[in-house]
Amino acid sequence: MLRKLILLAVAVLVLGIGAFWILTIPATVPANALPPHTPNLTNGREMFFAGGCASCHAVPKQKDHTRLGGGLALRSPFGTFYVPNISPDMKDGIGAWTEAQFVSALTKGTSPEGYHYYPALPYTSYQHMRIGDVRDLFAYIKTLPPVSGRVRGHDLPFPFNIRRTLGLWKLLFLDGKPFEPDPAKPAQWNRGAYLVNGPGHCAECHSPRNALGAIIESKRFTGGPSPDGQGGIPNITQFKLKDWSVADIAETLKSGMTPDADSVGGGMVEVVSNTGQMTEADRAAIAAYIKSLPAVEGVAPPKKTGK
Amino acid sequence: MKIAATFAAAAVVALTVTSVVAQSDPVATREKLMKENGRQAVIVVHMMKGQAPYDAGAADAAFAQWADTARKLPSLFPDSAKTGGDNRASPKIWENKKDFEAKIADFAKVVADNRDKAKSSLDGLKVAVAAVGKSCSDCHKDYRLSKQ
Repeated sequence: MLRKLILLAVAVLVLGIGAFWILTIPATVPANALPPHTPNLTNGREMFFAGGCASCHAVPKQKDHTRLGGGLALRSPFGTFYVPNISPDMKDGIGAWTEAQFVSALTKGTSPEGYHYYPALPYTSYQHMRIGDVRDLFAYIKTLPPVSGRVRGHDLPFPFNIRRTLGLWKLLFLDGKPFEPDPAKPAQWNRGAYLVNGPGHCAECHSPRNALGAIIESKRFTGGPSPDGQGGIPNITQFKLKDWSVADIAETLKSGMTPDADSVGGGMVEVVSNTGQMTEADRAAIAAYIKSLPAVEGVAPPKKTGK
Repeated sequence: MKIAATFAAAAVVALTVTSVVAQSDPVATREKLMKENGRQAVIVVHMMKGQAPYDAGAADAAFAQWADTARKLPSLFPDSAKTGGDNRASPKIWENKKDFEAKIADFAKVVADNRDKAKSSLDGLKVAVAAVGKSCSDCHKDYRLSKQ
């Protein structure tokens, strides 16, 4: 009887591991799925600023945003991530990558070696980008200066250091859907919706997250505590931006100045250094979309401990 | 003469008392100063945007307020006043005290250097406020916490 039970337990374990393994196979976009495409570097540049790549991937403590050698330490509740080199360096960056590998990285969160990326890379938003835009972005990055030097691996405690488990996380939190415009809305609104929910990945900072580190959907855009534990990130729905006009929002994205003559702070300073490089029309589109976000109250900030 | 002397003495006592009170609640004092700074910034920005007529006196009042803040700030961040109230002072202030104090000194200099320009003309005001605004955000970017 005991032998039968042990055999049953082993069988269940093997089946469980097998199922886990199959469920967590990293998804990729194969090269033959990519139609012929002539890269548009102007669009690639716009995507580079909309995507804010330099904010994480530029070498820290220096002003040249085109030097994407990585190295920034991103503190999170799950440990510290060290941002990799994505300069076009052939050895230490992404210079040797194929288009399909870059598209897989951004839209599926899968590395060229076939393992899962951590969603510190916000592929939860980038998954909504048009493949053509991702390919243009790749072409643009390849025009930037190569930077040598590999960055150290992440510093994550068990069990977060087991990449394969991200396969389950992705099943729960990625829908894999590209952006679908709303035919009832004007073109400018749709452009703004695409920029915000795709490359802009605004909600990734401006939303509260659950215990598994995923955005609480019903509270998207309502802000939350800062990931490094200091200060908070504002609610950008009409609950907080009621008194801001579309022009006010566009101006903030251009100069960092708020309607009450103040300036944005914290991580938003970096964001504005990117959005300030975008076209006036794209900033206006983002502003129109943000202005349309229905008022939702955020999750209350944690009580101050007085420490 | 006696009446003047009495008033002078009363004024000295009042100033001493308020500065003692200020020292006893640095968090409240600095929040009040910053709020007033913001109020003055809105006034001058309205003039710059053409939403209000240029007024040299109002422009100078803004710079007077900012100069007063720059003078008082260095003593408003003692180790005993790191938290409390709606405090948005980042812990980084005390981790980088020298840099923080250098930023206050820069702010004081920019305000002083641009005060005459601000009350000379609207164009002068625009240049002056742009310089001051940059000094404000240079410090805020590292040392003021964002609000949820």
